[in-house]
Amino acid sequence: MMKTTMKRGSLLLAGVATLALGTAAQAQEEPKRGGTAVVHMISEQRTLNPALRASTGVYNISGKIVEPLIDRSYDGYEPVLATEWSGSDDGLTITVKLREGVKWHDGEDFACDDVAFTAMEMWKPLLNYSSALQSNLESVDCTDDHTAVFNYSKPMPLPLFVAAMPDLGHPMPKHLYEGTDILKNEYNTAPVGTGPFKFVEYERGQYVMAVRNEDYWREGYPYLDRIVWRFIKDKSAAAAALEAGEVHESGFIGVSMADIERLSNDDRFDVGTKGYENNVAHSTVEFNHRNEILANPKVRQAIHHALDIDYAIETIMRGFAAPGRGPVPKAGGANYTDDVTVYEYDVEKAKALLDEAGYPAGDDGIRFSLRHRPAPWGEYTQLWGEYFAQALAEVGIEVEILTNDAPGFLNGVYRDHDFDTANGWHQFRSDPAVSTMVWLRSGQPEGTPWTNQFGWKNEEIDQMIDDAASELDPEKRAEMYHEIQRKNQEILPVMFAIEHPFISVTNKKLKNHHNTPRWNSSSWYDLWLDE
Amino acid sequence: MKLPLPPLLIYALRRLLQAVPVVILIMVGTFLLLKLAPGDTVDALVGDMGGADAQFIARLRAEYGLDQPVYVQLWVYMTKLATFDFGWSFVYEQPVATVLWDRLGVTLLLMATSLSLAFTIGITLGAIAARRAYSLTDNVISTLGLVFYATPSFFLSLMMMLLFAVKLGWLPVGGIKTIAGFYTGWDHVLDVARHLVMPTAALSLIYLSFYLRLMRASVMEVAELDYVRTARAKGASEGRLMIHHIMRNALLPVVTLLGLQFSTVLGGSVVVETIFTLPGLGQLAYQSVVQRDMNTLMGIIFLCSIIVIVVNFATDLIYARLDSRIELK
Repeated sequence: MMKTTMKRGSLLLAGVATLALGTAAQAQEEPKRGGTAVVHMISEQRTLNPALRASTGVYNISGKIVEPLIDRSYDGYEPVLATEWSGSDDGLTITVKLREGVKWHDGEDFACDDVAFTAMEMWKPLLNYSSALQSNLESVDCTDDHTAVFNYSKPMPLPLFVAAMPDLGHPMPKHLYEGTDILKNEYNTAPVGTGPFKFVEYERGQYVMAVRNEDYWREGYPYLDRIVWRFIKDKSAAAAALEAGEVHESGFIGVSMADIERLSNDDRFDVGTKGYENNVAHSTVEFNHRNEILANPKVRQAIHHALDIDYAIETIMRGFAAPGRGPVPKAGGANYTDDVTVYEYDVEKAKALLDEAGYPAGDDGIRFSLRHRPAPWGEYTQLWGEYFAQALAEVGIEVEILTNDAPGFLNGVYRDHDFDTANGWHQFRSDPAVSTMVWLRSGQPEGTPWTNQFGWKNEEIDQMIDDAASELDPEKRAEMYHEIQRKNQEILPVMFAIEHPFISVTNKKLKNHHNTPRWNSSSWYDLWLDE
Repeated sequence: MKLPLPPLLIYALRRLLQAVPVVILIMVGTFLLLKLAPGDTVDALVGDMGGADAQFIARLRAEYGLDQPVYVQLWVYMTKLATFDFGWSFVYEQPVATVLWDRLGVTLLLMATSLSLAFTIGITLGAIAARRAYSLTDNVISTLGLVFYATPSFFLSLMMMLLFAVKLGWLPVGGIKTIAGFYTGWDHVLDVARHLVMPTAALSLIYLSFYLRLMRASVMEVAELDYVRTARAKGASEGRLMIHHIMRNALLPVVTLLGLQFSTVLGGSVVVETIFTLPGLGQLAYQSVVQRDMNTLMGIIFLCSIIVIVVNFATDLIYARLDSRIELK
């Protein structure tokens, strides 16, 4: 135990040292223009339109081509296509000033019409997560070419609107979409945006290529001539491509943990979790509350006590994670609190709780059995599922693991509810109202992934969630979310066991990399290549 | 009255007619099997997206026709297939025919080069090993064959990649061409060839061992037959003996294997194409399963059954050519 703590401490120190050196060195370096950055993508998205599909896989590519109204920086929110935003006192209108002199890649002017069109035709009816967020959006008025007024039927908190914009606020050109079948529009896979790079071609199964936008509104940017995203499905092959220098960056844990650890000792690469602060995910354990054993909160608490979270972080996550403290991660800012119930690793306590709940060990030492589905989202979730089974065996709970591929898993858990426990990732999207609370709110339609699949219902929590979503005072709103977290950690409808960012492996030839909290999704206008 | 058709053409027509019910059976069977797998295109799609709301999901299902009963879906698919319409790929947002056509070239090139390499090198090495049975040469060849036979293709591919791309830097890691190279003419051909060296080698090395083993056994068997002994007694040289008397007869079982392997090599190319990111049918098949892209998968299966039928036909023709006792009927 001593040894692992030491190692972690020294790793952290070494990380701080390189970071300090790195920034000092970078400050002296003059950015070079030109060059092609090559990026590894593990999977391929069917669309490149971020106004139709909210997914990091889409932003990874489209983020360089299509810009959002507002982006995230380490200092807060950064104006991109919007320059100013303000909300009315009653929360029913939000006014956004738009940047002037911006042109779409096909030469047309960017104007308020584009924002109004996209908001009403894509964000509200078609974009996942956004259709819930914007369900009270009535209309968008253009008072002039560069002022958009969003009208809501119920109060929309300005901080929630702003927090959602980096992911759910990409305007698309009205003149290319109006009057067409939006879902089948050819520009969904050949996006036209206002960003620093212009789309060139998409060779399916191979790559997407974008080139420098000579008319970009940020003067003197971008530095790179070209970006190529290569789809490499096999993680070992991707690691080989990084080592051979054919690929400059692999994000979102695109190579195996063993390779990540190996490459972190290689001088040519920067390996770390920086740049994912806004893409934090939780490793979760989900209970099926239709099972009467699991409906008992004592059993759920016992299960939490039976799991050694620190051990899991060290072995499965190789130290790149922290224990979870409830539905909101530290990246949640003011909405986060760590003043919650914490479950220490304590096998005896777990056993005592199970006895108390009325499930004593039988003659064979087994109290009851569970059917567990680990999500097939890669190494983490599979190993975490296996650890879950082993740890529960210690306290007399037998766990049978059912393995599926992605559609099989989603079907088994979300549609058929054919599971007792499951585990997977849950990604936090800037504000608790956007994706997190959907999990805890009852009355979600069946069969919809990443909604309340547990059959969990608690009217008190439902009410708290609804109140928080339309509370305009940021302080009161934060306090409400703290209360929801405390309540959740007490009764554990879902276990938010481990909080972990993603990991990137980056060739040091890339400069200015991972300098925003959602870097892989951002526009890379200041990225340059030292070759 | 008999039509004045050459017997070969009559034979070909009959085989073609026989193939139709086979293909229909294959397609219906696969369709139903695939429907048994849990989850559909929309599940896979929503999984990729990281979530969506219920109305969105219901609308997609309706749009893709997935809300219909299975027999309706099957009927719709089969009637379209009858007019060689492979439908629309919801994953690639293109007609399936376009997707398949784009990928067919790479796979055929990979299959043809790997199999012909495996076949020629395999039978040559096998024949040499047989003629020097139980000598050092035979032992070396046979052991190597065994090693390649026992090595999984993904392992062999990764080891080659590690050696030739990462350590030595001679060959590219994967892909079909240098993406930002913009080569044209012969430079382009050379570039593609360089990208195909490792995948072809990996695929052919696995199959080479089959031909080697079979050819060695076959040659050793034929070499003991009476007519070979007669020929040798009549003073035929070793070279003539080998080419005219032994090889031709020893080749029969090897050709059977070649025909059979043409259909299995696609399975092998799934692994090789995935590791080397070659945009071929193998990788496409794997992706289509993962993403439940039914139309594309059915298209691939249709194409493969056609290839297998054509190759079987060709094998029979070669058979008849090699051994005149075999008649085409």
